[in-house]
Amino acid sequence: MTTDVLHDCVLGQSHGQSVLFVPKDRYIATLRKLIDDSYTMCVDLTAVDFLTHPGRTLPEAIAPERFEIVVNLLSMRDRTRLRLRTQVSEADASIDSAFDLYPGTEAMEREVFDMFGITFNGHPDLTRILMPEDWDGHPLRKDYSQGRIPVQFKGSAS
Amino acid sequence: MSDLLNTVVSAGTFEGNQELRSRSELTAKEVMREVGAVLRMSEADVALLAEVEADPGEDQTMIINMGPQHPSTHGVLRLMLELKGETVLRCKPIIGYLHTGMEKTGESLTFMQGGTNVTRMDYASPLNNELVFSMATEKLLGIDGDIPERAVWMRMLLSEMNRMSSHLLFMASNGMDIGAVSMMLYGWREREEVLRFFQKVTGLRMNHNFIRPGGVAADLPAGWRDDVLEILEMLGPRLDEYDTLMTGQPIWRERLQGVGVITRDEAIALGATGPILRSTGLAWDLRRDMPYLNYKDVDFDVIVGSYGDAFDRYAIRLAEIRESMRIVRQILGKMPGGDFRIQNKKVTPPPRARIDESMEALIHHFKIFTEGFKVPEGEVYVAIESPRGEIGCYIASDGSATPYRMHVRAPSFVNVQALPHMMRGGLVADAVAVISSVDPVLGEVDR
Repeated sequence: MTTDVLHDCVLGQSHGQSVLFVPKDRYIATLRKLIDDSYTMCVDLTAVDFLTHPGRTLPEAIAPERFEIVVNLLSMRDRTRLRLRTQVSEADASIDSAFDLYPGTEAMEREVFDMFGITFNGHPDLTRILMPEDWDGHPLRKDYSQGRIPVQFKGSAS
Repeated sequence: MSDLLNTVVSAGTFEGNQELRSRSELTAKEVMREVGAVLRMSEADVALLAEVEADPGEDQTMIINMGPQHPSTHGVLRLMLELKGETVLRCKPIIGYLHTGMEKTGESLTFMQGGTNVTRMDYASPLNNELVFSMATEKLLGIDGDIPERAVWMRMLLSEMNRMSSHLLFMASNGMDIGAVSMMLYGWREREEVLRFFQKVTGLRMNHNFIRPGGVAADLPAGWRDDVLEILEMLGPRLDEYDTLMTGQPIWRERLQGVGVITRDEAIALGATGPILRSTGLAWDLRRDMPYLNYKDVDFDVIVGSYGDAFDRYAIRLAEIRESMRIVRQILGKMPGGDFRIQNKKVTPPPRARIDESMEALIHHFKIFTEGFKVPEGEVYVAIESPRGEIGCYIASDGSATPYRMHVRAPSFVNVQALPHMMRGGLVADAVAVISSVDPVLGEVDR
C-alpha cells in the first residue's frame, strides 16, 4: 500500500480511492480540518467488525483493532471523495460523535451503535434505531450468530 | 468459533427508548436536535435560537403517533409528532419496523448471489441497487474497466428506465397522499408499462437480479427497441396530461408550495441527496458531477428547484422523467453490439450450449453458482445516483467468495432524517405532503 500524509494522518489508496487512516484521538480534530478542506458532506458512516479477519492490509504505522469506523466524505467543490478509517478497540468500543460537525451522522451513528455496540460520546440520542429497543446483542458483530429456522423433514426419524 | 457464536453482548437498552419524549425529560441539546435546529450553527446562534423558542409548556402540547400503519407513511414509517394545536413543534421518525438484517444476510451470500439480496432493499428502483453492488464488486475484482460496451449501455438503459418507473410511482403516491386520487391511478398505469418492459427483458417485474458482477444476465430480447419507443411515445403526452392535471392547478400548488422548506446548507449538513438537495438550487447529480457508466457521453440537464419546498421536489421529479426519456432516446441510437457480459472465466458462467458438450464447462458452471468466485482482499465504496439520491455500496472483502462486510448507503435512510427539520412549524395536514415529497422507500430505510 503506497502511503502519503494528510493532516498528520496516513493517506492510502484503495482501488484508486483515497483512504485516510485517522487515529481515534484525533478523529474529530481531523474532521474539523477536512471541513475546511471543503469536505462539507458526510455521505456515510459505518463500521466493520474485523474479529474473524485480523490480517487485513493496513499501512505499517496503523495497528489493527477489532472495529473500524468508516466515514465517507464528499467534497462538492472539488468533486472528490475521501474515506476515513479509524481503529476502535474492543476494550474501549467508543469514539467521539461527529454530530456537531455533521448533523446528518445522527442516524448513522445510531445505526452503528445498534449494530456494533460502539458508543459515540456526545451523541444527543444514542438509542437503537433498527432493532427493537429491548433487543439483546448487536447483530452485525461477527460473534453474533446469523440465526436460522430449524427445518423439520416430514417422516424423518427424529 | 462455536463458542464465539453464543456470546451475546448485553445492550443496556430498554423499551420505549427510541420514542419522542416530552420536553421536561430532555436536555436543551436534545430538544434542539429534535426541532432540527442544530444545523452547523455556531454555539452563539444556537443560544439565540433557544431564547426565541420559548418552551410552550406541556399542558399546551400533545404528542401523537402517526404510523406505523398510517397509509401516507409509505409503508411502516412511524412519526411521533409534538403538536400545539395544528402546528408541529417537534417530530421524530421511528424506523426499523421493516428491518430484516439484509446487511447481515449479505455476509453469507456469495458475490454471485448478493444481487438477489440488495435488489430487495429499494424495491422501487431495484436495478440501481444491483448496479451499485455489481460496480463495487467489479472494482474489487479489478475488472471495472473491462466491462463490454453493450453491457454498460444496457445498464444505463435499465437504470434510466428504472428512474422513470420510480418517479412515476412517486407521482402516483404523491397524488394519493395529497388527495389527487386520479393521479394515483395514472401513475400506477404508466409505471406498469415500464415494468412490463422489465418483465420482458429480465423475466420479472421487480427484484430482477439482472445486473450482475461482470455485466448483465442476458442479452436484450428481440424487439426491445420497439418496446422502448412505444413507452417513450406513450409517456410524452401522458406527462403533459400530468402537467394539466396538477402542475398548474391552484389546489395542487396551494398544497405543496412553501411546504417542507429546506435550505441548501441544511440539506448538505443533513446529508440529504437527490431531489431534496436539488430542490434547494444546488445542481448536484452524480451522473454529471462524478460520472459513472457512460453518462459523460449523453446529453441531459440536471433539474434544480429554487425554493426547496415540496412543490419543487414534485416538479424536479416530473422533469427528471423527461430527462430520462431524453437519455433513453440517445441510448437507443448508441447501443453497440457485442457481448453483454465480460468474457472472464472467473466471474462469467459458461454459455448454455457449452454445458451440453463439455464436462469442464458443466463443472465450472456448477462451481460458480454454488461456491461463487473469490474476490481479492480489500475495501471499496462506490456510489451512483438512484432516483432517491446517492446510493452507495461499501464492501470489505477478506479474499473469500462472500463479502466480509457489505453496507449499503441508502438514500432514503438519510433523507428521512431530514423530516423533523422540514416539518417544524408546519401543519399536521402538511406533514403528509412532506413525507410524500421525500419519497422514502421503507425497505431501504430499514434494510
